[in-house]
Amino acid sequence: MKKKMFIALTLALLMTLAACAPAAPATPAAPAADAPAAGDAAAPAADGDMPELVIGLFQPATGANGAGGRQESLGTIFANYRQPTVEIGGVMHRVRIEQVDNQSSTTHGPAAAAELVARGVHIILGSYGSAVSIASSDVFADAGLTAIGVSCTNPNVTRGNDFYFRVCFLDPFQGQVLASLASNTLNADTAYVLTLLGDDYSQGLAHFFTEQFQSLGGTVIQENFPEGTSDFSGFMTNAMNAGAGVIFAPTSAEAAALIIDSAGVAGTDIPLLAGDTWDSPQVLDAAVRSGVSVMVTTFYQEGGAPEWDAAFKEWLNANPAQLANNGGSDVIAGFTAMGYDAYMVTLDIFQRAGVPYPFDQDAIRAATWETSFYGPVAGLIEFDEHGDARRDTAFVKTVNVEEGAWEFYAAQRL
Amino acid sequence: MGAYDLFRLFFPYILSGISIGGQYALIAIGYSMVYSILRLINFAHGDVFMVGGLFMVFAAATFPLWVAIPLVVFLIVLLGFTIERVAYKPLRTAPRMSVMISAIGVSYLLQNLALYFTGGLNRMYPAFPWISDTISVFGVSTRRVTVITPFLVVALVFALVWLINNTKVGIAMRAAAKDFDTAQLMGIKINSVISTTFIIGSFLAAIGSILFFTNFPAVFPAAGAMPGLKAFVAAVFGGIGSIPGAVIGGLLIGIVETVIRGADITLGPTGLGLFNRSLDIAAFSDAFTFVLLVIVLVFRPTGLFGDKPTDKV
Amino acid sequence: MKKLSVGNSISILVLIIFFVLTIVLEQFIAPTDRMNMLLVCLRQGSIFALLAVAMNLLNGFTGLFSLGHAGFMLIGATTYALFSMPLAERSIVFTWFSDSYVIRISFPEVLGNLLGGPGMIIGMLISIILAGLVTAAFAFLVGLPVLRMRSDYLAIATLGFAEIIRAIIMWQGLGPVTNAGNPLRSFTRTADLNVTIGGQTFGLITFTLAFLSAVCIFIIFLLVTSSYGRAFKAIREDEIAAEAMGINLFKHKQLSFCISSFFVGVGGALLAIFMGTVAPLQFRAAMTYEFLLIVVLGGIGSITGSIVGAMLFVFASMWWLRGLDSGTFLGLDRITIFGVNLGERVFVSGFRMVVFSVIIMCIVLFFRRGLCGDKELPYYVNKLRELIARKSKPKPEAGGADA
Repeated sequence: MKKKMFIALTLALLMTLAACAPAAPATPAAPAADAPAAGDAAAPAADGDMPELVIGLFQPATGANGAGGRQESLGTIFANYRQPTVEIGGVMHRVRIEQVDNQSSTTHGPAAAAELVARGVHIILGSYGSAVSIASSDVFADAGLTAIGVSCTNPNVTRGNDFYFRVCFLDPFQGQVLASLASNTLNADTAYVLTLLGDDYSQGLAHFFTEQFQSLGGTVIQENFPEGTSDFSGFMTNAMNAGAGVIFAPTSAEAAALIIDSAGVAGTDIPLLAGDTWDSPQVLDAAVRSGVSVMVTTFYQEGGAPEWDAAFKEWLNANPAQLANNGGSDVIAGFTAMGYDAYMVTLDIFQRAGVPYPFDQDAIRAATWETSFYGPVAGLIEFDEHGDARRDTAFVKTVNVEEGAWEFYAAQRL
Repeated sequence: MGAYDLFRLFFPYILSGISIGGQYALIAIGYSMVYSILRLINFAHGDVFMVGGLFMVFAAATFPLWVAIPLVVFLIVLLGFTIERVAYKPLRTAPRMSVMISAIGVSYLLQNLALYFTGGLNRMYPAFPWISDTISVFGVSTRRVTVITPFLVVALVFALVWLINNTKVGIAMRAAAKDFDTAQLMGIKINSVISTTFIIGSFLAAIGSILFFTNFPAVFPAAGAMPGLKAFVAAVFGGIGSIPGAVIGGLLIGIVETVIRGADITLGPTGLGLFNRSLDIAAFSDAFTFVLLVIVLVFRPTGLFGDKPTDKV
Repeated sequence: MKKLSVGNSISILVLIIFFVLTIVLEQFIAPTDRMNMLLVCLRQGSIFALLAVAMNLLNGFTGLFSLGHAGFMLIGATTYALFSMPLAERSIVFTWFSDSYVIRISFPEVLGNLLGGPGMIIGMLISIILAGLVTAAFAFLVGLPVLRMRSDYLAIATLGFAEIIRAIIMWQGLGPVTNAGNPLRSFTRTADLNVTIGGQTFGLITFTLAFLSAVCIFIIFLLVTSSYGRAFKAIREDEIAAEAMGINLFKHKQLSFCISSFFVGVGGALLAIFMGTVAPLQFRAAMTYEFLLIVVLGGIGSITGSIVGAMLFVFASMWWLRGLDSGTFLGLDRITIFGVNLGERVFVSGFRMVVFSVIIMCIVLFFRRGLCGDKELPYYVNKLRELIARKSKPKPEAGGADA
């Protein structure tokens, strides 16, 4: 009798085991598996037996960061369209992008990461959203794969992980820039900080902002909202009751749209301030509709590399699906530019590693540490001892409500 | 601090609380009516409400508003009717747990469908002329819909109570709620009564979704989950089966929730100064609803206005 | 002990082969290998199986429709993470609370320093059991008010408690203890289960997770077949009759609730090991619903069913149906209907879960008994053997019976 359970368990597990084998080919090795990139994979120079360099694009396409993830992916896919091949160690390779949707979720992220690794990628780019990058970083490290964060700004992404690098600036820096903007430019004494409960990006950036803002003599009132909050009117009333001179809300662009809307309805003239995630068409739309003053820091300001801007827009507008992934407009977000540079620096790393297909992961990682590459859009990339790019510039932009567009405000250096 | 200052401090929260509470009330009525007849917690009701928002996003992009609004209301009513026919009716003789699981399955399906059709991104709800406009009430800036909601809710509730008390179908509903099997024996067409219940519930959810999403204009797959649960709690609080109870429960939960959200500011150092550092009370604004639920279920399981439940052996 | 039947002895042999196979397979499948998804799914599947069986103990065997699963999992996962995180890592994990973290003991670290490698494993086991105990203790408190309620009120009240638990764990005031909802990470994880002998690393992750789950499921199985199990089933069938038979309703409900929660806590701890991160944001009602659907898929009141359901759920949603999201699925993507290419237009992000939920709805509506009804595997083994005897064919593939 007591053995029943053993039998039950065994056979159940065996059944699934047996059922696995025929199902394996369902996930194909062939290219063009990435939906948003449809049509690009078969770009020029597809002469048969060229070895492949597979870049794993670990980005959210759904969930709270879905919109941003799609925009960031666009940059990388565009880079792949412009430069579909690369010569490594004297051999031409075709570069293929393999995408998995991590659903902006720290639960589904690691499984999606494992899926990406199992698809045989050689390097990882992503993810938009620090929390999911942190949650999945060990999967890549365990597989011995190098991962390059594109716009995940939380310091913990690369801390204690020799396999994770990143090309963007970090939150301690961004927080400093934002705090000095709040204090010096917006002349605020009290900052109302509104963060998403349990989100690494939100809490982290708020933490660094608070540190700096307090050292500049300001007062910070921080409140958290739970995920899935629709009603921000109470928080806006709180900000007004607290006599805040600035509302700092490091949140996803999705929440941003609701926060801005609530601010507009509450009729407040307190300016809203946020970090890189707010560099999004949703934020622009909401701000224009509500007439609220919004100021953000970002990685790249449109116009910084005019030729690239033009080429990207031409490519973007040629395909309605791509345009939809950019939020329906052809405004260039900072992280799209970073996605492009991340792709280019990846090719540079493989070239310097110099080992052709099937590549040497140790050489790749060694080459990554020694990167000194001038990103075509957002500038020089060199990694420090944590694997973070040394960035000293953040671009500040504001919403011009009359013209319905982002307006360049300043390039902040510290 | 004088009475006027107190009013100034708390009024914005109470105003938006009444508004969101009214919207909970409209959803709660649907829960309450279905539960009183079928003893089913219709977990999918909150998602029907969300789908109402989503339909409007797509409808308003294609049709003018005077077509879009009736169309969406009609589609939601149809959806509620279909869900009952497809997912609940075949299980009428099954154990109660099976029906509840079916409801959870429908909720799961609706959320996944929404995820698929929105591409997992927030969709912005269209702004309606007039009711979306910003107005000022006693110096507090808000949307006109905030002020309209309570009046609309009261009007709808009066209509509904009249319907239930004076029409044939209303009497049939009350009979079915009192004793399902006997009502059936007395010749009441139980299936059409249940369908009517779902139609009324969905209609109110559709109206509720228009009001809710006009105020908080982002529709996402999980947008209905929390308001749905809170509305159910409101229904339990007011006494399941009681329509005025659902309304009072909804309003109370809405007000308390917004007041708690502001408690750190209104009671803390920047307000009344009852405590001198932030306690992060706002984080409990959702959980509070459930604390209330447990308290009600322990001390007064029939809610404020509910009938005594009859335990059938 | 009774003499083993032929079927049972074969099954035990098969069990041993299975566990040997998990060990062998893991040595040959690299993480970058396509077949690694098999291992990943087996790991997650075994944990989900335990969690589903624990839920089945409550919902299926005792008839208590509880929806507090996610909350209890969160307690288990958090407890495990807090008591197994190396001290050196805590200042990074608790960054936003500037090193004021309260819990300053890590069992795997303490015992690992004392006894070396095996000590660490013992430390992990202690943390896992502690996770179960803490969860059971919370369940006891929750059970006091909740278990006296009627069936559907019980469902909504437990659902409410899961939300309350999450809100408390995410409360800033408890930040130094729980990290206030910010993800916990860097605790002992899957890679720590590998054994290094003489410079050679042996992967034991899949084996360990599957084995731990199997042990727990076996204990639940013993319970269900004991006199307590019969009392639980009596309560499920008719509370009033059960009470008349002399079964102390509340005591037995509380017992079932606490034991179930203990294993939910253990399952949560294993899930934490598997995921490497504990983010309270993810432990929402939707997670509970998923386990409920697994239980329904397998058959309410069947342990075999819950295991099969969990495996199918994980393999289908994590692996087999993934192609539905990314444009390629069994060649169906090349079909074009009304000028709409399935691969490009229909098989995009999210379609997998739509197909999946439709399948689940079909099972809920048309196969109300699930895959296994309330029968356990030996029933099907015997049926299969009868079938073989009747057709007198040489042995077909084992397990084809109810897949």
